[in-house]
Amino acid sequence: MNSEIIRVLAFLVGVIAFAALNAAYLVWLERKEAGHIQRRIGPKEVGPFGLLQPMVDGIKLMTKQILIPDGVDPILFRLAPILAMIPAIMCFVTIPFSQELVARNINLGLLMIFAFASINVLALLLGGWASANKYAVISAARAVAQNVAYEIPMLVTVITMVMITGTLNLNDIVAQQPNISQWYIFRFSASPLMPVAFLIFFICSLAETNRAPFDLNEAESELVAGFHTEYSSMGFGLFFMGEYANIVIGSSLAVILFLGGWQDPFGLFPGVWWFLIKLYCLIFTVIWIRWTYPRTQFYGLLNLSWKILIPISLFNLLLTAGFLKVF
Amino acid sequence: MGAYFKELFSGTKSLFVGLQITFGQMLKPLVTQQYPYETSTMTPRFRGHIELIPKEDGTNKCIVCGMCMRSCPSGCITVAGEKREGVKGKVLTKYRLDFTKCSLCGMCVESCRPGAITFSKDYNLASTRKEDYIFDLLKRLEEKAK
Repeated sequence: MNSEIIRVLAFLVGVIAFAALNAAYLVWLERKEAGHIQRRIGPKEVGPFGLLQPMVDGIKLMTKQILIPDGVDPILFRLAPILAMIPAIMCFVTIPFSQELVARNINLGLLMIFAFASINVLALLLGGWASANKYAVISAARAVAQNVAYEIPMLVTVITMVMITGTLNLNDIVAQQPNISQWYIFRFSASPLMPVAFLIFFICSLAETNRAPFDLNEAESELVAGFHTEYSSMGFGLFFMGEYANIVIGSSLAVILFLGGWQDPFGLFPGVWWFLIKLYCLIFTVIWIRWTYPRTQFYGLLNLSWKILIPISLFNLLLTAGFLKVF
Repeated sequence: MGAYFKELFSGTKSLFVGLQITFGQMLKPLVTQQYPYETSTMTPRFRGHIELIPKEDGTNKCIVCGMCMRSCPSGCITVAGEKREGVKGKVLTKYRLDFTKCSLCGMCVESCRPGAITFSKDYNLASTRKEDYIFDLLKRLEEKAK
């Protein structure tokens, strides 16, 4: 058998397993962290420290009936959860976990991730629209407005990064940051606003993945569950897994672009563990943010994007261009 | 323009202060009680259903005067006693409490001259059968003595 096929199959299984396990155990982490922030324990009954809870939840979701309500668009309603999951899995293809551990090290990796990540909003829109439910439709409209608003500062920041790195190949970007002083977050020779650029990227990735405090399209207190109100069983499960997979991708990109990916901060033992440590620190922060801030209002959300993030990221773009020209 | 940047800085700072506070809370000890595994001790004046107070030898102080039975507005208490050879006064043979009717008013405890009954601290009283709320306090006292 062709070794290339084996490689593809191994990465396919690995990536799906990584995405699914992350979705399951990030729920556990989320519940534990939320618990401790609110000074309770969180899940603890199923298995030691509640570690089997995600498995039990998964079995519960899978054994439930998939309800398809009357009046929904039958094709789009079934298509939307799949469309939420597939791009999330696709994005993992180009993410370099370590120098060798990357499914396909393509030269346009960064572009590919953003191309697929933008399909996610389409899944939310289709899911909300096909549900024929007022909450779901409102949620879908919000998701689109939010994603349009936050795609701009995010991409402007990424353009800034690409101007500095000179490549869209994620593995090459990581290779340019061999130790902590050369991580792009601290690369002040390129632009004095690099930490701000990281912050903008991070905020935008929170908003793009619809995480709190920007989870307006899932606002439980106003919209029941938003676009997945009508979904049951694994339909809901796929949306859920897609959401967590997107958090992992957003944090991975932040790690790769700004925090040196699989590189060691001291230049000693680079490898997949460094990537995972940085990744989970960022994910921890994402969850920590969720349990700290209340949900923003819609005006607040759009004001933040149009009045603060876009001007600053554009300014940073110009500043970086100037620095690159002069130095 | 100055106000814009001022708000930007103070806003960003306040976000980090918020994160610091929640992280601090995460490191502090828990405030919740793990109920089935841990139960809280009731305060001294907590009113559970009534129970007989044991003496040092495990017997009770009841003189079977029947004051509790008569003072009970709901008629939950049934007391019976008998004369025994060589024992001064009556000996309690039956103390039945129908907790389904009890309103925990405490008239029985108040009216008890020898101070033989008190409020217990039991509050885990869940059952699907009505009969489980009809307590034999004498039997309860014996079980407690063991």
